Parts: sequence; structure tokens; C-alpha cells
Amino acid sequence: MATAAAAPGRARRGAPMYSKELTSKKRDEFEDILEERRLSSDLRYAMKCYTPVIYKGLSPCKPNAIKSAVLQSEQVQYVIKQLAKEMGESPDIIQEEATEILDEMGHRMQLGAVRFFAFTLSKIFKQLFQRVCVNEEGMQRLQHAIQEHPVVLLPSHRSYVDFLMLSYLLYTYDLALPVIAAGIDFLGMKIVGELLRRAGAFFMRRSFGGNRLYWAVFAEYVKTMLRSGYAPIEFFLEGTRSRTAKTLTPKFGLLSIVMEPFFKREVFDTYLVPISISYERILEESLYAYELLGVPKPKESTSGLLKARRILSDNFGTIHIYVGQPVSLRTLASGRISRCPYNLVPRHLPQKPSEDIQEFVSDVAYKMELLQIENMVLSPWVLVAALLLQNLPAMEFELLLEKTLWLKGLTRTFGGFIEWPDNLCAKKAVLSGLTLHSNIAQLVDGHVVLNDKGVEDGATGEIVFKRALAILMCATYRNQLLNVFVRPSLVALALQMTPSFRKEEVYSCFSFLRDVFSDEFIFFPGISLKDFEEGCFLLTKCDAIQTSQQEIYPTDKGSVTVSFLSAMFRPFVEGYQLIFRYLSKETKEAFTEKQFIPGVRNFVFQLLEKGVTQCYEALSSDMQKNALAALVQLGAVKKKKMSNGFTYNVNQEAVSKILDMFDARIPVQKPVAARL
Amino acid sequence: MAAAAGEAAGGGGGSPSSARRRLRIISGHLRGAPRAPGRGALSPSPCKAQGGSAGPASGSIPKKRQELLKWNGWGYNDSKFIFNKKGQAEFTGKRYRLGGMILPTFKEWIEKTFGASLEHKTTSRASLNVNDVPPSFVNEEFLQDLIATKISYSQDAEDRVFRAHGHCLHEIFVLREGMFKRIPDIVVWPVCHEDVVKIVELACKHNLCIIPFGGGTSVSSALECPEEEKRTIISLDTSQMNRILWIDEKNLTACVEAGIVGQDLEKQLAESGFCTGHEPDSMEFSSLGGWVATRASGMKKNIYGNIEDLVIHIKMVTPRGIVEKNCQVPRMSTGPDIHHFIMGSEGTLGVVTEVTIKIRPVPEYQKYGSVVFPNFERGVACLREVAKQRCAPASIRLVDNAQFQFGHALKPQVASIFTSFLDGLKKFYITKFKGFDPNILCVATLLFEGDREKVLQHEKQVYDIATKFGGLAAGEDNGQRGYMLTFVIAYLRDLGLDYYVIGESFETSVPWDRVLDLCRNVKERIVRECKEKGVQFAPLSTCRVTQTYDAGACVYFYFAFNYRGISDPIHVYEQIERAAREEILANGGSLSHHHGVGKLRKRWMKESISDVGLGMLRSVKEYVDPNNIFGNKNLL
Repeated sequence: MATAAAAPGRARRGAPMYSKELTSKKRDEFEDILEERRLSSDLRYAMKCYTPVIYKGLSPCKPNAIKSAVLQSEQVQYVIKQLAKEMGESPDIIQEEATEILDEMGHRMQLGAVRFFAFTLSKIFKQLFQRVCVNEEGMQRLQHAIQEHPVVLLPSHRSYVDFLMLSYLLYTYDLALPVIAAGIDFLGMKIVGELLRRAGAFFMRRSFGGNRLYWAVFAEYVKTMLRSGYAPIEFFLEGTRSRTAKTLTPKFGLLSIVMEPFFKREVFDTYLVPISISYERILEESLYAYELLGVPKPKESTSGLLKARRILSDNFGTIHIYVGQPVSLRTLASGRISRCPYNLVPRHLPQKPSEDIQEFVSDVAYKMELLQIENMVLSPWVLVAALLLQNLPAMEFELLLEKTLWLKGLTRTFGGFIEWPDNLCAKKAVLSGLTLHSNIAQLVDGHVVLNDKGVEDGATGEIVFKRALAILMCATYRNQLLNVFVRPSLVALALQMTPSFRKEEVYSCFSFLRDVFSDEFIFFPGISLKDFEEGCFLLTKCDAIQTSQQEIYPTDKGSVTVSFLSAMFRPFVEGYQLIFRYLSKETKEAFTEKQFIPGVRNFVFQLLEKGVTQCYEALSSDMQKNALAALVQLGAVKKKKMSNGFTYNVNQEAVSKILDMFDARIPVQKPVAARL
Repeated sequence: MAAAAGEAAGGGGGSPSSARRRLRIISGHLRGAPRAPGRGALSPSPCKAQGGSAGPASGSIPKKRQELLKWNGWGYNDSKFIFNKKGQAEFTGKRYRLGGMILPTFKEWIEKTFGASLEHKTTSRASLNVNDVPPSFVNEEFLQDLIATKISYSQDAEDRVFRAHGHCLHEIFVLREGMFKRIPDIVVWPVCHEDVVKIVELACKHNLCIIPFGGGTSVSSALECPEEEKRTIISLDTSQMNRILWIDEKNLTACVEAGIVGQDLEKQLAESGFCTGHEPDSMEFSSLGGWVATRASGMKKNIYGNIEDLVIHIKMVTPRGIVEKNCQVPRMSTGPDIHHFIMGSEGTLGVVTEVTIKIRPVPEYQKYGSVVFPNFERGVACLREVAKQRCAPASIRLVDNAQFQFGHALKPQVASIFTSFLDGLKKFYITKFKGFDPNILCVATLLFEGDREKVLQHEKQVYDIATKFGGLAAGEDNGQRGYMLTFVIAYLRDLGLDYYVIGESFETSVPWDRVLDLCRNVKERIVRECKEKGVQFAPLSTCRVTQTYDAGACVYFYFAFNYRGISDPIHVYEQIERAAREEILANGGSLSHHHGVGKLRKRWMKESISDVGLGMLRSVKEYVDPNNIFGNKNLL
């Protein structure tokens, strides 16, 4: 069992994680940028004199100059020559191929397109959103950062609106517009793809690990723009939009590309700027829910976009954008990186990063995501959703109000960033949430009821599906709390799962849960013990537990908190158990992901129909994938790369063993316990 | 040998012809300094006038160094920067071209660059306080044995303090305001190889510590006595071993005693029509033995080579005995070259006593030159191309904009309206007509040497290349002043110290493709570190590419800042210098190109040459000097 065994080695890095004084952490004030838009002409705004602040070392150049610099670069030329030699082809042909790749990839930022977007987005955003709130101090910090060093913008990704909004924001504040790494699928959209390209998007294929030429061209393209300080580079650490509103585990490829110029000292420093964008109501909420239930995602197409315009009549509340403190890569790397590997090889040769570097990149990625989470604004509705899900199918309104206030306090104690105006009473807050989310829940006869219309009529299958849809949508909002709550909650869960109160047993259970859920929630790698201590600290702070030398036990009045916290994560525990059970008994020994998802979905579906389980969230393909990934990490499933994707081999005995551990049969690891 | 060579402490040397001029002036200045016996007819006599009495000095630098040189700063007593009664900067003395000249814009430059003010002054102690000097402890039996050898010695406080330091900033600071914790107990002046053998034998017999001393221009803390050394420390001053033993015109070699300083070596060889061409910026003061011990590099290495290219044979006295080769040949394949154990050993293995060095006929013609580039990037690209075509002149250096402006500030008062008009015209042409930004442009200085015809041809080739990189020829005079700048800076530090400005230089070597990144990053790091450490004024952080090679370049940094408002400036200074070195290493630069390691840069040795490499050096030390007689603790 790969529990905390890895901890000692990595813990010494003294990883910087969570600030101890979470509640007292000072956060910036927000300003609504739409307010001014509503007062003055959008056209004039779009045509305003735009002279952005730019990087101090920048010598201005056109997008095409960048492309030719990339093609001529030693890096790309080297790979071209290598491939030509290996494939026995003329370098010219490969060079041609590289040019094509670059043309497909490259952006063509034009002020005209930017102005077009500035105009149309003003109109659209004003339709869709009540307010777009930004921390102005963050924008000021960003302005300084952009002038000083190359900047990498790392926003969270919940919606397509993210990158449009961010560019719009930078335009509004007269900052250099970012170039944005976008998925190639956008190019499938006629006109829009090209329009995005002119607004600064560049396009990357979804997977190109094996294609050395593509990799070289892509990496060099990004690095050339970074080195020259051409524009801030923006991409999503999560790789794709999170369908669950829960931060996805980071992808490392692009991050390691943008970090390399610093490793090779081609730039003095690079700023990484975590940006948290949160939506009171997510534009794609129902699409996501369908997708998670296996109704395929519509391909990006222009006509699809036009069809979607009916949502323009809908209200999507407020967006909060928190631009975090720019983080200096140089500071992060100080003392971490051995310089030798980069000094002994010419810098233009492609070099596989050392283990040190890979570990560092991964740590940085997690750190950035944790910063995103820390600054992510939570709306009152998020609290309501969390409470509602624990009290299905309906909850008395007055009780909900009372509980919402209680949860607000708890969330703040845990460092959650709740935007709740001082004078706003609970009733108003909850009611406005209900109005905005009437598609999810409604107030009926003094009770708040989950809106799963059409449940009464239709077949059982239909009922289950509708209900699942409503629950998954509701969960999307609760999920925004989870990463704030995960550490204390897993301690609470461990307390309930462990028969005794002995610290080392609780810790073993915590550590097990942390490993199992390592793809589900964001944990800084390798610091299980610190996470545990953090969880205990927060629970002690809210008087939920007491600790002695050897024991941890809930206080009398804390049992409410403890059971609330564990109930919050119960769907994951149960869901994982169902999925593991499927894997340990119901499946073949070898399968592909394509076979796995429908298989497990059917399995869970049947159980739900029979009423054996109430765990609707286990239908979520996101949870299913995460659970499978966790087993791969734990070594119970082997993942093999085949020509047509991945194949999985299950060690059913090992999976059964892990299942047993949910029933509190977790062996205590002595050496780890000794450090408690 | 601990005596450093190289461009020590910002170097004292200058351009060859100005150096030669200096030499001439200096030789005239030393009123009829008696020639050593046999100097006229060079003879391979084993040892000159035996006897312990401190006879009159025979080289440019006397035995009592303090009579000619500053005790608490760089160079000659009579040469220094001052602000005269009118508040104008002036360089005193007659030794240098700048001597007696008024520098009208210099004051403004200092005030602008450092935020320094003439009203805020610190003054050094006027003279050495003998009472502060640690007492001399010398083993009585050893003293009897030493007297019996008739080798000259001294236990005088001034003599000992003078040999307790090099020219690092912290060492000069201590001289001005404090006292070293540990200094040599006794100074000895051997006059020949045999004397050195006797001294080393006595040291072994009585288990004493020897620290060799050559020119005293070290900038690596190499001369500092280890505080924890309990044994008697003997400072072995080689300055009296300064004869040319023979010149072999057929093979173009000369055998020279290791204590000779650069200016004397060149002066004496010139009498026979030869030169070594080895001109580190410190050549007025640094010694041949010191060059060998630190792996020195000379300004004109493109023609003559660095010390490792120049040396044909080395004789060194070690506790284990004498190490030398059996012949004087251009190259041999007899295992690893033992010379490479000696070169760069920094006085940890023994004393170099005699060196056979290559010589060349004095060149017929010399010409300076300079090129202005629109920016530093273009300049570096040009130097790279010159190196690629292997057509580098005797010296080619590229200074960045800050150093260009500094050079400008050192322009003496113009003699006539006509010259000032010409200067204005030049400036107009470059900045207005050619569009060079005076705050970005940079300058390369050139020195050509050889046959007149070839020099002119060579000059054309280099200027043609420069044109391709947007360079504009900027005249001989600018070139010459550029070289003068190098030796002037060392004197300048003493002036800075009077006005709360401290500074130092350091150097590295780096592959061509990393030159620009390294220069930019190191300068930026210095600026940032200063800010972080509470330095209130932006520092001077400037560099030049000072040597070119096939595979890379040598880069030289100057760094200085105003320390008003900082309680422990030396500590802050050292932290910043250390950060700058870390930055150099992270950018793929070397620990040192020619200053050496000493004690200042020891902490990075392992990283620089690997564990095994360090072990190899240690095992040599253990074999050659098992009792650590040469206990200056440098390098390892």
C-alpha cells in the first residue's frame, strides 16, 4: 500500500502550502467592471486608444516574425535534421511539415479582431451576467509583473467564458493581451476559430506526445513568445474545463515548457499568476451534467454556438475574478534545482527533464492550483447546495437558513473565500440563490426541493436519470467547497471509520483516504502528515475535536460538525466503493477506458434502479475515471499503452483488499505513526 | 604561490604602450636603482650575493614595499584620485597618462551613479597602528637556524601586515578600519632557489607554516592567514628572486626567477629586444611565480597565450623535494602534465622558484582602435564572429553601456576648442545621424600588434566584420582610453571608499551562446540583491567581454554601491557577491577564469570539479605536503 511511505523524503522540502492563519488572510476588494459598460458606449470602448503596458525588454514584432523565428530556431532545426536522417527524407519536406504545423497552431493577433470582441463581448456579458467583479489590486500587481518579467497566466477552467473574459479584462485594464493555448477542436468552428486566432488564441492538438516534430515546434513556439516577452502566455493547468467545478489534477506538459527558459536562464525570471474565476451560475451546467452521465458532448461548431444563443435570455449571476499574487519562479526554484544538467548540454538540444525537475514542475503545478482554490470566491448558493444534498429530497426553509449561516462560519474558519456582503441577511442570500438556480431547486410550501421534474411519470430508468441529472448539477456547486474542506473532512471521515481514537490509526485511515482520493481532490504531493495536521488543526479550531498525546476524539458539541463533514464526502466514499466493487467482481480482467465507463455506469444504474444504493454521483464519469486512476496509482490496476489508447488490467484480489480497507481494516504503519 | 596575477582587483595594468610609457617613467623615477650583479651580461649563476642583509632593492618594488606602495589601498603612494580645492576630480602623480589631469565630468558621474555626495566622507586611519598588530611568535631554535643561513628576514609589524592580505574589498576595509586577526609572524626574503630550499627544509624540520608571497595582488583571499593556524607563519616573499637567469634566442625562451614582477620582466627583456607579451592588468605589481600559481591570463593572450601556453618549464620547491622536468621542450607525452598540478595550486604545494618562459621579439608596430555598436547584443555577435574567424587582434574587449559612460566620465579636460568641437561632431554623427541611443550603445576596444603591414591588413579585416554587425569605427583615442580605464578602476576604489562607495570586480568564462544571458542575469541579480539587502541607491553593475576564445569568452564584472545607511556594508557586500557567483554558475559560467579560487570561492569547488576531481587534487596535496607546511588553506 503506497500510503505515507513516500512522505518522509518529500516532506523535507518544507513545501509551502497552506497559510496557518487562513481566516485572517487579507483579500482584495472587488470592483464590478460591467458597471461602467452599462453607463457608456460599447462602441467607444471598443475603439478606445489601446496602448497596453508591455514587458520592458520587448522589441515589438509581428506574429509572423515569431513564426519564422521558431522555424529558424536551432531547436526546431535540430529536430528537423534528426528526423530527416532517421526517416531518410529530405529536410525540406520536414521543414514544410513544420511550417504547416506552425500555421495550424499560430495565432494572428490583430487589434481589429480584439476590438470586435471588445464590442460583442460587452454586449453579451451585459446580457448574461449581473456583475463581473475583479480585484483591482490584483490587476495592478499584474501590470507591474508584465513589465518586469515574462508572465504566465494560469486561470482556473470552468467554462469557455474563462479565456474570453480574461482577455476582455486585460483589454479593459490596458494590459498586454495574452496569447492563449486553446484546444485544436475550436478550429472545427468556422469563422469563430479564425476569429479566436486573431484575438490571440493558438491551438494545440490534444495529444502529441509521440510526434517529435510537433512537440518541438509547439514547445519552441511557446518559448519564443515567452522569452521575448511578446505577450503574457495563458493556459489552463487543468487542461480542460472541469465538468464538476472541482479543480482537476494539473497537467504538466505546458507548464514545464514555460518553465524551461528560466531553467536554462534564458530569462531572469518568470511570473506565474494564479487566477481564480468563479461563476455564480455556470453557463454550461446542464451540458456538463449530461456529459458526465454519458450523453456525449456536442462537437464545437458555429451552428451549435448560434443555437446556444437562447441562453442569452437567461441570467447567470455574478462572476468573480481574483488575480492572485504573481509568483516568482526564481523564488520557487531557489535551492531546488541542480544546475548541472543544463550546463553540460547545449541548450537547444531537446532534453528529458531530470526527476528533480519533473518533481519540481509537479510541485509548482499543485501549488498554483492550491492558490487558485484559496482565492476562489464561493457564493452563498454553494453552501445551500452542500446542505441540500445532505437533506434530499427536501429541506425545511427555516432550517436551511439556520444551517447556511452555520456553514458560512465553518467555511470561513477553514479559509474559504465567501463573498457575502455584510448587510445581506441569510434569507435574502438564499432566496436570490434559489431564484438564480430555479432549474436546480425550488421553494415549495416552505421547503426547498430538488427540481427533478418529471420524476413521477415515466419509467424507473427515466426517473433515475432525471434525478441523477439534478443531483449532479447540484453537486457542481457543492463541489466548489470540497477542496477547502477536504483536509478536515478526511480527518472527520477517518475518525468515523476507525474503531478506536488512537492517533496513529486515525492517521493511517486518513492517509489511505488521501491516497485513494488523490485524483479527486488537490493535495500537495508527498505531505500526507502535514495535511493531517492541518486537518486536525482546523477541526480543533472549530471545537469539533480534541487531541491528546495519543488520541483524537470528537467533542460533544463537535459531533454535528464531524458528521456533517463526513457526510459531505460520503458520496465519494460510497461511489468509490461501488466502482471498486464493479472492478473486483463484475468486469473482465482487461478492458479499455471505452469499455469501462459504460460498464460501470450500467452497473451503478441497475443498483440505483433496484434501490440498493442512493449514490447517484457514482454515475459521474468523472468519478469513475478518477477511481480507476486511483487504482492505477495504488498498483491494483495496470495501465498499458496500446496503439489505440490505454488498456487496463485489474488485479481483482488487490482491489478487494482496498475495498476491505474502507471497512476500517487499515494496517497501521509504525514508522509513520512514530512521527505523530 | 599566493601572489595573484590576473586582472587583480580590477587590475592595475593598462594598454601596452601606456604600460610601456609607465615603465619608462617608473624606471626613471627610481633614482638610479642599483642593478643586480650580472644583469648586463645575463649569466646562469646559481645565486647572487649570498648574505642575509637586506640590501638595496633591485627590482621596481623595494623590499620595504610600504616606501613605494600604499599600505591601505591600491598601487603607488603618489598616484591617486582626489577632489581638488575646486571640487574637481584629479589624478595625482606622474606615473600614468592621466597623472595631473583634471576630469571635469567625473564628479557628476559619481554623484549620479552612486548617489554619493562629497559632503559625506569617511576617512581611513592615517597610518598603521603598530600596537594593534598581533605579536610575532617565532620558535627560537628556528630563528637560530634561519640566522645561520644568512637569509634576510624581518619581524617588523609593518612588514608583516603588508604581507597579510591581498586586495579584496574586505581586506582593504580591515586595513582602513580594523586589524587582521592573524598575520605572518616573520617575513623572509630568499634571493635564489637554494635559499628557498633551505627555508622549506627548516619549516619542515620545525613544523612551521609557509605562505608564499609574490606581488600581493590577490583578489581571492589567498594571502589571508588562516586564523586557526597555531604554528609560526612564515611569509616567504619572493620579490628578491627577480633575475633573468638566461635568454635563449635560438629557442626563444628565457629562464627567470619567479619573484620578478611583470614590469621588470618586460623592461629587462626589452633591453635585449624581447618580450613575453604576458600582460595581466596587475603587471606592475604581480609576479611571474604568482601568475603560475593562479593560472593567470594576460590581456594580449590572443597573440601570446595565457600563462599555461607560455610556460616551458617550472622548478618548484616542495616539502617532498624539488619538482621539475628533465628537458625544456614544447610538448611531451609523459602522462598528465605535472605543470598542471603546479599551475593554479595557489601556494598549497610549494614555492615556484624558476620558470622558463617563451619570449618573442618586441613587435614593430602597435595600434589601438575602437568600434561603437548600437547595442550590446550586436557587439557580442561581432566578437563571436571575430573569434569564429580566428582573427582576434592582440586584445579585443567589449564594454557595456554603463562602462562606456564611465569611460566617458574619465575624459580629461579638453585642451582646445577645436577638439571639443570635434568631439561634439562625432557625438552628433553617432547619435543623431546613425541613430545610436547613447544609453544603449556599447563600445569595443581593440589593440593590434605586429608588422606594420599586417597590422593594417588585420585592422581592415576586423573593421569589416564589425561593419556587418552595425559597428562604427570610433577612433584610436577611444580605444586607448578604454584600456587605461582598466588600471584606473583599481585606484578608483580607494576614492570610492572615502565616500561610502564600495566595490569589487569578478570574472568568469562562459560558452558563447550563454554570454548575453549570463551578462544580463548577473547584472540584474546584483541590482535585485542590492534592493533586497536594503542598499538605498541603485548599484553600479556593469560588465565587459574581455577575452575571446574559440568556444567562449571571459566576462568581467564591476559592481559597486553606496552603502550609506547600512550598518554592516562588508557583510552585505559579501552576500551580494556570493549571490552573483551563484548566478554565474547557474548560467553556465565558470567559478573563475583567472582570479583563482583562494579561500573566497572554495565553497563552490566541489560543484565545479566534482567529488572525485577534488579527491584527485587532495591526494596530490597529501603526497607532496603531508604536514601541510604550505598551509594557506587555499583551493581545497
